[in-house]
Amino acid sequence: MTTEYVLRMGDGKRIYLTKEKILSEIEDGSANAADLGEIPDLSADEIDKLAEILMMPGKSVSVEQGMEVPVTHDIGTIRLDGDQGNSGVGIPSSRLVGCMTHERAFGADTMELGHIDYSFKPVKPVVSNECQAMEVCQQNMIIPLFYGAMPNMGLYYTPDGPFENPGDLMKLFKIDKARGSMEHAAEHLTRDMVWVMQKLFASGADGVNFDTTAAAGDADMYGTLRAVEILRTQFPDMYIEVGMAGEMVLGMHGELEYDEVRLAGLWPHEQALLVAKAGANVFGPVCNTNTSKTSAWNLARAVTFIRAAVEASPIPCHVNMGMGVGGIPMLETPPIDAVTRASKAMVEIAGVDGI
Amino acid sequence: MPISHIMASGMTGIRAAGDLVARMEFSKNMRIGEAKEYVAKKLGVDIMDLSDEHVMRELREELDIGVITSVPGAAKGIAAKMNIEKLLGVRINSCKLFREQFA
Repeated sequence: MTTEYVLRMGDGKRIYLTKEKILSEIEDGSANAADLGEIPDLSADEIDKLAEILMMPGKSVSVEQGMEVPVTHDIGTIRLDGDQGNSGVGIPSSRLVGCMTHERAFGADTMELGHIDYSFKPVKPVVSNECQAMEVCQQNMIIPLFYGAMPNMGLYYTPDGPFENPGDLMKLFKIDKARGSMEHAAEHLTRDMVWVMQKLFASGADGVNFDTTAAAGDADMYGTLRAVEILRTQFPDMYIEVGMAGEMVLGMHGELEYDEVRLAGLWPHEQALLVAKAGANVFGPVCNTNTSKTSAWNLARAVTFIRAAVEASPIPCHVNMGMGVGGIPMLETPPIDAVTRASKAMVEIAGVDGI
Repeated sequence: MPISHIMASGMTGIRAAGDLVARMEFSKNMRIGEAKEYVAKKLGVDIMDLSDEHVMRELREELDIGVITSVPGAAKGIAAKMNIEKLLGVRINSCKLFREQFA
């Protein structure tokens, strides 16, 4: 009887695959990333290593001793006190309690403070509250404590913001007007993010985590890179992390450039160079999970993309490994067997500097 | 899920030396190997010891750079970070702010 191993689909469902099928899924997933990103496939040794990790008998696996890496966090304490039916578990607690719990009980290497909406724009009216929370947390915390938020440029378009929605304009074939709207939104996004972080840094923040950069496309990334550049000039000691929203920058505008490089269509290994150029300290590359594919396919694809980014990047890379990215199943409670295997593979094969 | 990552791959923060390695990545753009080597040298331990709670617990108490439990009289919060600044030779923003307010 052929031995079958327990794996997962991209949506988290348990499946059983033979070794031959696992190897074939790994080869396909890696080839998909290599083809899209024009980057090298996983080598035969790397494929064997990944298969070995996926077929390990224990429910949880871990990196070899001595290979551990620091972890950074997105969403901050909202993980504990948030309760919107997403990743927050609705435990009534202050943000100080959330931060200290991560430091002293969970073994977090770094932590971040974030607003309940977790976007920069809504922070503006309550920035003094955020500064107070940051000061109190910094007085009590030892690990690096960032301020984290999403650029989330979609909030600058109607009906939520002042600029005409480019999606509506494009449907009317008003392409130039749509591009103009994106450019204006990017300017305001940069201005707001710089302003918020000036306040937070003056309140003792170690730095900033720009989370889900480019979620609204290339103009979102442009606005964020400009903010990084300005903050780096103003604050040479600020810790700056730029985490991405997806594996490829969507060309909503299509013509925006940073440092004479067109942003639309950039893959992780190309994004890393611009993020470093802008002045960030750490880059957070992303590879999205396909829910219709197996964890072997998804993880091989993610490791292939991220390994290329790690090799190309002049700064440390902390790969995004939340729900639905980095080979992790797309589900609010991702199975521990899948999470720990993805974690180990990213460190031992992709060579990430952190997670 | 974040705890799964910490258990599988993390350096476990102030239980060991994860915060110190992270500070070197962020303050000096050091890659993981260089950051670990730097911190290990400053602490006078092997790289393997950086994730070893048994080694780091005693060492953190000795260096007064903060541990997870309450130790009477030991540096906590900003005070522990001030000792980390000196140990690693880096500037920490909250400590700088505290010194400015103190003066």
